[in-house]
Amino acid sequence: MWHSARRRTQIPPADDGVSVGSAIAHDSAAGQIRGSAQYIDDMPEAANLVHVAPGYATGAAKGRITRLDLDAVRAAPGVVAVLTSTDIPGKNDCSPSFGGDPIFADGRVEFHGQVVFAVAARTREQARKAARLAKIDVEAETPAVTVEDGLASGETVLPDYQFLRGDPARAKDGAANVVSGSLRVGGQEHFYLEGQVAMALPGEGGEIHVYSSTQHPSEVQHLVANMLGKPEAEIVCECRRMGGGFGGKESQASQWGCIAALAASVTGRAAKLRLDRDDDMIMTGKRHDVRVDYTYAHDDKGRLAAVVVEFNMRCGYSADLSLGVCDRTMFHTDNAYYYPNVRIHSRRVKTDTVSNTAFRGFGGPQGMVFAERMMDEIAIRLGIDPLDVRKRNFYGRGRDVTPFGMKVADNIAPRLIRELEKTSDYRQRRKAVKAFNRQNRFLKKGLALTPVKFGIAFTLKHLNQAGALVHVYTDGSVQVNHGGTEMGQGLHTKVAQVVAEEFGIDFDRVKITATTTDKVPNTTPTAASSGSDLNGMAAKRAAEIIRNRMAEVAARLHQATTSDVGFAGNMVRVGEREIPFAELARTCFLERVSLSSTGYFATPKITWDRETTSGQPFLYFAYGAACSEVTIDTLTGEMRVDRVDVLHDVGKSLNPAIDIGQIEGGFVQGMGWLTTEDLVYDASGRLATHAPSTYKIPTASDVPEDFRVTLWDSKGNREPTIYRSKAVGEPPIMLAISVFSAITDAVASLRPGRVPKLDAPATPEAIARAVRSMREA
Amino acid sequence: MARGSIKFLYRGGVVELSNVGPNDTLLDWLRLDRGACGTKEGCAEGDCGACTVAIGTLRDSALAYEPVNSCIQLLGMIDGKELITVEDLSADDARLHPVQDAMLRHHGSQCGFCTPGIVMSLFTLYHGETSPDRGVVNDYLAGNLCRCTGYRPIVDAARDACSGAPNDRFSAGMAATVDTLAGLVDGEDVLIGDEASFFAAPATIEALAELCARHPDATLVSGATDVGLWITKQLRVLPKIIHLGRVAGLSDIRETDNGVHIGAGTTYAQAEPALSRIDPDLGELLRRIGAKQVRAAGTVGGNIANGSPIGDTPPALIALGAELHLRRGATARTMPLEEFFIDYGRQDRGPGEFVTGVDVPHLGPGEVFRCYKISKRFDQDISALLGAFKFTIEDGRVADARIAFGGMAATPKRAARAEAAIIGGKLSNERDWAAALAALGEDFRPIDDVRASAGYRLQTARALLEKVLHEAGGEASAATRVVGVRTGERGHVA
Repeated sequence: MWHSARRRTQIPPADDGVSVGSAIAHDSAAGQIRGSAQYIDDMPEAANLVHVAPGYATGAAKGRITRLDLDAVRAAPGVVAVLTSTDIPGKNDCSPSFGGDPIFADGRVEFHGQVVFAVAARTREQARKAARLAKIDVEAETPAVTVEDGLASGETVLPDYQFLRGDPARAKDGAANVVSGSLRVGGQEHFYLEGQVAMALPGEGGEIHVYSSTQHPSEVQHLVANMLGKPEAEIVCECRRMGGGFGGKESQASQWGCIAALAASVTGRAAKLRLDRDDDMIMTGKRHDVRVDYTYAHDDKGRLAAVVVEFNMRCGYSADLSLGVCDRTMFHTDNAYYYPNVRIHSRRVKTDTVSNTAFRGFGGPQGMVFAERMMDEIAIRLGIDPLDVRKRNFYGRGRDVTPFGMKVADNIAPRLIRELEKTSDYRQRRKAVKAFNRQNRFLKKGLALTPVKFGIAFTLKHLNQAGALVHVYTDGSVQVNHGGTEMGQGLHTKVAQVVAEEFGIDFDRVKITATTTDKVPNTTPTAASSGSDLNGMAAKRAAEIIRNRMAEVAARLHQATTSDVGFAGNMVRVGEREIPFAELARTCFLERVSLSSTGYFATPKITWDRETTSGQPFLYFAYGAACSEVTIDTLTGEMRVDRVDVLHDVGKSLNPAIDIGQIEGGFVQGMGWLTTEDLVYDASGRLATHAPSTYKIPTASDVPEDFRVTLWDSKGNREPTIYRSKAVGEPPIMLAISVFSAITDAVASLRPGRVPKLDAPATPEAIARAVRSMREA
Repeated sequence: MARGSIKFLYRGGVVELSNVGPNDTLLDWLRLDRGACGTKEGCAEGDCGACTVAIGTLRDSALAYEPVNSCIQLLGMIDGKELITVEDLSADDARLHPVQDAMLRHHGSQCGFCTPGIVMSLFTLYHGETSPDRGVVNDYLAGNLCRCTGYRPIVDAARDACSGAPNDRFSAGMAATVDTLAGLVDGEDVLIGDEASFFAAPATIEALAELCARHPDATLVSGATDVGLWITKQLRVLPKIIHLGRVAGLSDIRETDNGVHIGAGTTYAQAEPALSRIDPDLGELLRRIGAKQVRAAGTVGGNIANGSPIGDTPPALIALGAELHLRRGATARTMPLEEFFIDYGRQDRGPGEFVTGVDVPHLGPGEVFRCYKISKRFDQDISALLGAFKFTIEDGRVADARIAFGGMAATPKRAARAEAAIIGGKLSNERDWAAALAALGEDFRPIDDVRASAGYRLQTARALLEKVLHEAGGEASAATRVVGVRTGERGHVA
């Protein structure tokens, strides 16, 4: 078992000569620490490149544009072109789904910060200064800003959707305890360190090559083609790496790619658009915030009989990816718990604010926060340890079907929780926390151990496919390309490990190249934690095809059968003989055998039918659990996380260093979401927290000094995934719900039996409010 | 005769630039002029640290490396310094600097965009501390946001790399660097530009006074940790910049008869040890201003002269009874610090006048000082409110009180009614505190903003008064605080 010693997470050493399963460093690490790894803004600029800056109506959130006066913009120093919707020859839309996301607002402003025009100038500074000279008059209408505003207007971006099982109303009637409540969970800004950026180069005949910091190059390619009214075949989109994505560059990168491409197309010059950080935060979508209204019923032991819950998701002005996000909230409303009778209702509330979008977890975290709040409430009211309430509600024999009808066949949550309960010393610490709280007047401690069960696959079936392209060169070096993008998560490293493993060669013989739509076409976004599941498998298949051809050549030349041929240690064994891999590659060339192949993979067993709410949306579940201990200051509401223990299931790890990095990083990102990261909109619909000075993501001292992360000692995924590994990108975010529950626990200690009124994020102010709620009559 | 150029040490040689615009930033010079793109722009407001570079400064013949946010550092400000960026750390392709090597081994980078800045912060740690504990490492990293790793591997890398005395090419070449930098000290005023638009960095206080008198419309800049944002975020053109960083004597720290004098140009980092000696809470407050990058550039004088209602040092210094020194032309004057702040955006500073320093008295017998900063995040955040308290305790009662708050009004302001109401109150009798707690509601009418609601501000101001009274009455800060526990628990009166 890979595990961390006290206070120090230990990455196990690599096994000699085996690529998969080794703690190989991220393929870009050396370049990143030297400053030589290139991001788009670092690329050499073509002569006479123009810099592009977007402009918007600074004073308006909603209404008809009555005047668009760009004369001063055009006249500003250095300006080469000013672009509006009228410059778009094709379709003025960069929506990933149902339309309604204009590249440039056309006639109406739909949220504060919506791009109305763009200006291309000789320097970045000139472009940005010119963009502020526009005179845009808007016949202002009162915007719907909050969930309540949106509910009052009755508008939604998509129809409601529901899961129903059993008869929750009747089950409630017969239950000993019926409780209703409401919980608010805040949104989250991605705060990728590299802001949105794209650079477009015009080619001959109107072709465009777009470099985009995107999780979805194919979509950028397609949207640019649609915008320019050109065949997709004339557009290429390329992305070597992103400086962070987290879902924020799944659909939200497209607009900037489109505008850069349009500027290149109109001016005939290379064009670069890099958003200023404040513009980035104002103009791009975030995690959906939500108001959860619920009623549930349980017996006196805390076991649930019925759950009725409505998620009012704040989607913003357009659909964007809200269908999938809001659905996934519903898919994870159960987390690891069995709800015998259940109705899960989702309302996709339209507000006149930026369109909320994908963010690591893709709606799942919001559903799970509700589930865990419910467990905490039951425990507090019944005076039972919250962990025991959780255990009583776990999926188990005869209680193993989710609200959406999928059987939980791989349930390791009970075992995993038992293990973490032991290793985190939960029961002893529960006693110590109680003793601390008896002895301390101002400071109170809280403890919580919460599970995560996260479904793996895109819930939109057709996205579960991937392609790869592998070349073996005559010197034995290998190049691999696939449809996935690298945003820091180590996908390229894992895929290269897979290819090295398949050929039995060293990792450093495999060169990974930029994701580009002219090598692997028609790709799906790198999202849903599925990057290595999909692309790893596609690359494996491509490598297998080449390896089999090479094995046939080897067998033929040495009078053996292919079953006698093996690839290991940079050598190819044919019976008793060993040939260097490079030599066999050269031989294949001389024998006129192709050393290049594509590989393709489509995830099996995905049968989900959204219309009939039936079938299987996920291939498998990833599991984990975390135990967090916090201390709060009841005078000020300040909070410190004292210790966190994590046990997480990645199946058989492809790379334990990368997996632990995902778990730790995901945990801290989730902790920020639920504690310090507070998005504030003013009444006129303007985002007030549009910079790191006002929007606070965790920094080093927010991370508990005692942070123990362990990989579950897995025999491997029961599904035949790539080397029996499990997806790891998103699930760890939700481990941080343990921090939110621990804060709830600390506040609850002030008055046994009363549930604190605590919403997320639990800022000092929110905690102080919850403390006050405990003291009210 | 003024020098019409800046000179600094970069990549082993002295760079002399005479085409320095008053609003040019160091980051743009690196990325756009030099094509040195290793240093990244993450936010362009000094809050994320992706653009961190190391600046070597010669002070009393010793070279100190400090991290600086190059996005809001004006290019002219690095005159006389050594500039080191991420590309410069390893001598050749084969070898990595010890902090880079540790970052690699500990898997300290994921997306890699914050990494160059983190490497540079760790470089300054490498040269600044030996065997740092977790708290010290956190402090060096507080100004570097990472969204991917959760920081643990970076902290491990830092502790691994900094376990011994520095041994890199910079320590090996230290003597030569010191010589080179000493050679750049020429006592000349720097003036690049013309009367209408210039970057100036006078060398003496007389030259500064004369320049300010001639250009009362000029923008005075110390660390540019606020002014830098006027340029990068408001896109303002500031044609006349007078930089205070080269003025001899303006950043002196010296003991006075009853306290310490902090020159206006003293950076937070330089002031921290002296102010810590007055009281550990003051040291902790300094530690929580910005992060290392901001504290290496920003100054106590700038924090005061800027006049922000949420500056962190003014409430604490007001509670301590500090006095402010100003100068215009040849005329100097002194005033109690609280009188400097007239209203929002308005201070008692005439055209061409500038702050020269602040005198901070030591605590006398029976005096207790506490201050508390409340913010959404502990490190590198701007206060929602900040309470500072100085009580004179006699026989278990409050004999005198100075209470000042930031973030509660349009200026840093004393709580006159609460002060009056607590005097005479007994520390051991919580009922004696009620009038003072209530009086805070008359002293302040705080506002709602992104950092906190008015209600929370007032409620927490009361909570802080309660807290200080408990602590002054003998409650250990370990039992009253989740952060900033006082070292040794000295200073309270039982």
